Amino acid sequence: MVLAIIKYNAGNIKSVENAVKRLGFDCVVSDDFDVIRSADKVIFPGVGEASSAMKYLCRKGLDKLIISLKQPVLGICLGQQLMCKFSQEGDTECLGIFDCEVKEFPAEDKVPHMGWNEITGLESELFQNVKENSDVYFVHSYYCEPTKEQVASCNYIKPFAAAMNKDNFYACQFHPEKSAGIGEQILKNFLEL
Amino acid sequence: MLKKRIIPCLDIKDGRTVKGINFVGIRDAGDPIELAKKYAEDGADELVFLDITATVEKRKTLVDLVEKVAAEINIPFTVGGGINSLEDVEAVIKAGADKVSINSAAVKRPELIREIAEQFGSQCVVLAIDTKFNGLEWKVFVKGGREETALETIDWAKQGESLGAGEILLTSMNNDGTKNGFALDITNEVAKSINIPVIASGGAGAKEDFKNLFQNTEAGAGLAASIFHYGEIPVPELKNYLLNENIPVRYEN
Repeated sequence: MVLAIIKYNAGNIKSVENAVKRLGFDCVVSDDFDVIRSADKVIFPGVGEASSAMKYLCRKGLDKLIISLKQPVLGICLGQQLMCKFSQEGDTECLGIFDCEVKEFPAEDKVPHMGWNEITGLESELFQNVKENSDVYFVHSYYCEPTKEQVASCNYIKPFAAAMNKDNFYACQFHPEKSAGIGEQILKNFLEL
Repeated sequence: MLKKRIIPCLDIKDGRTVKGINFVGIRDAGDPIELAKKYAEDGADELVFLDITATVEKRKTLVDLVEKVAAEINIPFTVGGGINSLEDVEAVIKAGADKVSINSAAVKRPELIREIAEQFGSQCVVLAIDTKFNGLEWKVFVKGGREETALETIDWAKQGESLGAGEILLTSMNNDGTKNGFALDITNEVAKSINIPVIASGGAGAKEDFKNLFQNTEAGAGLAASIFHYGEIPVPELKNYLLNENIPVRYEN
């Protein structure tokens, strides 16, 4: 199994790479079209700001590549947000894989939403052997609006899509690579799809 | 519901943990990796590594350590202690740290907070504030608490937030080492005056101290060192206690 992690200007790639290796899988971190296109699985990670990340992806042509992928793809955190239609962060047109808008949390509680929170309504092979109300680690100031494509929900200030799935595209707002044993199970489920 | 976080802090000198005892199942309590793994397995929500090395080799040993920790640990961790420049930040972030905590360097040059936030995101900037009540007001101290500044604690926390800090790690020097509990008043005053999470530090000596912290303040996390290192309060026992007190904490069976 060849796993490609998409290399671009949004950090935190090392954590994902480490987590995958701890699970006994190998991976290649790359922005090479052929490497990504021919991989069995692709992870699209990300921590950072939406508009600068999208600009970078478009400049490199990675935007068109990502939406054309046919193998299972997992977006993480900013990766999930970039797979949506539009983000309020920097008024950014995103990849449009998911029919969903990304909005900023209102300042009714501490922002960013940082720490462990529970996910519910789990309905995807991503969550095999993961119990309802499991706690996973979140860090974000923008959220994906609830959508018919969501496969997990979380509630902070308001309900939002904690994970999504459409065809071969999967995504989660939380960081499975930082979510202890539960996160490892979710990553393992993706890698074994 | 967002859970209250329990964060053990490991003091590091020359790549080794300074304090600590040999827990069952740990061969070498001086090995930060072994201790960190133990905490992660016990259900700690995050870890903080505070480097107190004073040698010129500091950066290299710290980066080596961060790489090893990042390879082994499956929960978020923060690295702090003598982080003075954007280059220092880049080195530890690239090695795999999730967050950096900055203290004296930010007081000296507040723009550093903005620079780190712009390059790596606010989520990775923890502004550490050492505070002490001088009889009149809570003042900010730097250089490991040796030097008083002109800054008032709440003003500095607000400024840190506006510059792009993602979290405040507030240590009360009046409470640190006393084991008499966290400084509830200043912790809550700071937490109420800003909209980013506050990690309370200094004074934890008993399980009840965490209950009091979370029941009486808006702090999102409690940090402690010795009670965990010396095995006085194991993390699972603390979390079990807090759950029974109806405080939301993460508890994996």
